[in-house]
Amino acid sequence: MRDLWQGMIEAFWLIASFNADLYEIVLRSLQVTVTAVIIASAIALPLGAGLAVNRFRYRRATISLLNALMGLPPVVVGLFVYILLSRSGPFGVLGLLFTPTAMIIAQIIIITPLIASIAHQAIRDLWASYHDLLISMNTTKWQRMRTLIWDARRSLITASLAGFGRAIGEVGAIMIVGGNIDHLTRVLTTAIALETGKGDFSLALGLGFILIALAIAVNMAIHAISRTERASTW
Amino acid sequence: MVASILPLTLTDATVRKGGKTIIGPMSETIGPSGFTIFMGPNGSGKTTLLRLMHGLEHPRGGSVTWQLPAAQARMKQAFVFQTPVMMRRTVVENIAYPLRVRGEAKNWAHAEAARWADIIGLGNALEQNAEVLSGGEKQKLAVARALIVQPEVLFLDEPTANLDGKATREIEGILLAAQADGVRILMATHHLGQARRLASDIIFLYQGQVHERAAAEEFFNTPRTPESKSFLSGDIVE
Repeated sequence: MRDLWQGMIEAFWLIASFNADLYEIVLRSLQVTVTAVIIASAIALPLGAGLAVNRFRYRRATISLLNALMGLPPVVVGLFVYILLSRSGPFGVLGLLFTPTAMIIAQIIIITPLIASIAHQAIRDLWASYHDLLISMNTTKWQRMRTLIWDARRSLITASLAGFGRAIGEVGAIMIVGGNIDHLTRVLTTAIALETGKGDFSLALGLGFILIALAIAVNMAIHAISRTERASTW
Repeated sequence: MVASILPLTLTDATVRKGGKTIIGPMSETIGPSGFTIFMGPNGSGKTTLLRLMHGLEHPRGGSVTWQLPAAQARMKQAFVFQTPVMMRRTVVENIAYPLRVRGEAKNWAHAEAARWADIIGLGNALEQNAEVLSGGEKQKLAVARALIVQPEVLFLDEPTANLDGKATREIEGILLAAQADGVRILMATHHLGQARRLASDIIFLYQGQVHERAAAEEFFNTPRTPESKSFLSGDIVE
């Protein structure tokens, strides 16, 4: 209990004293996660819409695989990306290992199936009610997908926010591919892991509270901007 | 002179679902003018036949052919469903949608949609969420959304089935105006009174077949088959 109070006080002071290291870590966490969410959403939302609208031979198997990939172990993803980006790996020449870019790549791999699965569920339900109308209007497949993505946008924001929630709290993969290098790849979660390892629980808890507050603030901001709860049944 | 997609020709067209024949084999021709009403008891195949002609159902056997190739013919048709589908958009965006998917500029499409919203009495609700409209308003919106593309053929599947008298009268007025503008209307309905008010000719369906086809006056005054006589007299036809 004492550690919890100490953690809260520590979090407060870190914020109130404009601790430069803290703000750098917070900004890097946001930069890596937001970039990963934007790229993953750009892949996952059309993928979810495509799976809802198109009928092809291995569609069910693809959906099952996508759902299964939601539970990808981050450490395994980290190891996989590490091998690909390491000096002896196929993409070693790019020199991306232990950079924020490597962390973004790992996060994209982790959250794309999650966003795509949730998006697929939301769009599939909407497609069931739009199906006859859009077919009747002679829409192309691209027009159907665009329409469904736009009209399901509030559900899809939730899908992307689920991806954000998973990515911002991720530690295993980005520790492996980022290396937790001070002033380069250290983010909130890896900093928490480091401080916990050093036995500085109050600082670790302080960073933890900031991480939770950050996740809540981003979610609330996105919902406020997109007016999720104001547009009646939308 | 713009080429017409009519006549529509069904040649031994058959629709089967779950091993059961829903329609056909049916051979009929739909000519270029008039207000045809499809009547018949529940399960007689009215909805399936309209969907088959529009291309929402594919014939298991036989063929459904328009005067023009199918892709061109589809562009000159519109369909109003029994339960109106409201897109998660505003009233003006819903009505403008068919124009937008045809590549029309947003400003023009929205101006045209606003004009149609005025016609159907929704001119002051342009920016309202279409999903919160009343049942009658939704169906009027669906009719406006169908007519905005100036279809040559308009299919309607019991468009006033769940509406009150006022909304029904308003929709009938819109349909008669559309017919006067040259739109060929093919509509399914259960309402005998509505059929009497609107129809130029009647196609009476029974067990997936055209049981009787006649000019409206002739059908109502001298029905030829026992089933259509029973139907018109209000008896239960199974």
